[in-house]
Amino acid sequence: MDKQEVRELKALATRIRLAALDAIHSIGSGHVGGALSIADVMAVLYGREMNVRVEDPKWADRDKLVCSKGHAGPGVYGTLAVKGFFPYEELLTLNKGGTRLPSHCDRNKTPGIDVTTGSLGQGTSQAVGLALGDRLKGRSNRVFLIVGDGEMGEGQCWEAFAFAAAHKLSNLVVLIDWNKRQLDGYCDQVLPMGSFVDKMTAFGFDTVQVPGNDVKAVAEALERTRNGGDKPYAIVLDTVKGAGVEDVVNTEMNHSVPVNDEKFEKWTSELKAELAALEG
Amino acid sequence: MKIVYNGEMDERLCKSVLGETIPAILESDPDTIYLDADLMSCIGTLKYAKAHPDRAIDCGIAEANMAGVAAGLAMAGFKPLIHSFGIFASRRIYDQIFLSGGYAKNDITVLGTDPGVTAALNGGTHMPFEDVALYRVLPGSTVLEPSDPTCLISLMKQCVNRPGVKYIRVGGKQLAKVYEDGAELPIGKAPVLREGTDAVIFAAGIMVHEAMQAALSLEMEGISVAVVDCYSIKPLDVETVAAYAKKTGAVVVAENANRHGGLYSAVLEVLDEQAPVPAANVSVEDEFGEVGSQSYLQKRFGLTAEHIEQQVKAVIARKKA
Repeated sequence: MDKQEVRELKALATRIRLAALDAIHSIGSGHVGGALSIADVMAVLYGREMNVRVEDPKWADRDKLVCSKGHAGPGVYGTLAVKGFFPYEELLTLNKGGTRLPSHCDRNKTPGIDVTTGSLGQGTSQAVGLALGDRLKGRSNRVFLIVGDGEMGEGQCWEAFAFAAAHKLSNLVVLIDWNKRQLDGYCDQVLPMGSFVDKMTAFGFDTVQVPGNDVKAVAEALERTRNGGDKPYAIVLDTVKGAGVEDVVNTEMNHSVPVNDEKFEKWTSELKAELAALEG
Repeated sequence: MKIVYNGEMDERLCKSVLGETIPAILESDPDTIYLDADLMSCIGTLKYAKAHPDRAIDCGIAEANMAGVAAGLAMAGFKPLIHSFGIFASRRIYDQIFLSGGYAKNDITVLGTDPGVTAALNGGTHMPFEDVALYRVLPGSTVLEPSDPTCLISLMKQCVNRPGVKYIRVGGKQLAKVYEDGAELPIGKAPVLREGTDAVIFAAGIMVHEAMQAALSLEMEGISVAVVDCYSIKPLDVETVAAYAKKTGAVVVAENANRHGGLYSAVLEVLDEQAPVPAANVSVEDEFGEVGSQSYLQKRFGLTAEHIEQQVKAVIARKKA
């Protein structure tokens, strides 16, 4: 990757953060921490790795994203809006009656959303089924599954991972957003899960861990997953919950936080300054 | 369709019918796919699965994942049919089938075997009396309980291309022979198996045979009872239910399920709105299951022709009062 591409991906990640904050600020509060922690991987996925068509979001052979931590919807919507799947202004309808952008991802409402998620754990099995189904249909696409670290407490995840390994679904890439925090506090205090690298490896995945808020590292890890083989892939994204907005990172309980006008102006002006530096 | 009921059992075991019908469906439509959770041997599909590993997939003892995988396969363009025992196919996977299936608009057919007392020797842990109620409140769902093997085959074939979540509950053993072979039993219809004027019995599954036996016995006493096969619990044939309630003025509902939320509730909803006549039930009275032979359990929970007769007489008395 050349430096220019890295700068472009960083800029895209910043635009995604701005978009997510635009959406959440419009309704006053929301899942800020987990939406920000995935902004970098979303930038790499939609800016580089995934083969999708903005003008034909239901194209059968597209790569698919399953954001199993469905509450990170605003982070996904921000990405889709920046990429042009729907008008940017629509972000301001988040969670309002009749919106196409509900709190949790809904494939029947939002252009570009591939799978309905929200009840944690359920995206994993759906992603595995999609990957198997696409392979059985002879498609050469891939399925990218974002799972939260707290979400890994759901037993269904591990049922799905065992199934994925059993069926050698190398067209599946599991991206674990290891941001260390869940709703009630630090994961290690709520329900310690040990090493995700060890666990995923033991479950039969080709597994690596990378700094998850570093677009270059994420991009290189994703490049590795293009090679097929006989194992599904797992990338443990070592991330920071709230990454990109210092005040959010420093708010200990940052799963869902209010975003008033004052905070919004401060946070977005910081991000806009970063963006100007990246694109200047 | 022609009704051939004469009180005899159909020669075919339902599990054998499933073992033939599932492969037949898979062979007739390349977009269909069948998933099981380590219970293929119980319905005779294991041999087919070993020969066709891309069409019949054993998910192991992981029912929740099976339901989610089915949803994923549906999004990839398949028409999944999934099977487990009724308890797992309802309670165990309820959140998955509700959200990944129904809410997400992924069309899935769910086959739940050994419903209610047909779970028999597996006992209370394996005895779903609540599966009908659970599936009835899943928006857009279809809930079916075939009365005989011919009905089972017909319903399964219809489910493949029907939108929404479809739940079929059926035991693996024999059922009475009700319809001539090859008959088509449309979802949403309730065939009148027997005409009558004093009361009507709406029944499903194993209780159709009990209802017919009760009606024959009551006829000997000069009581004329109609019997309607409500294999389509949802959508219920509201027109037929209302018409026979009005015609007879006395209703008994017979079901192999909890009295709350099942066929009795469904019929009462119709009566309340369209034909307010006296009604009584022959159901499980809000109890958990327990172990025993099916005949023992039918007596234990009152799911017998004799109990239906008592309830018919009781409801006719209320009509006259």
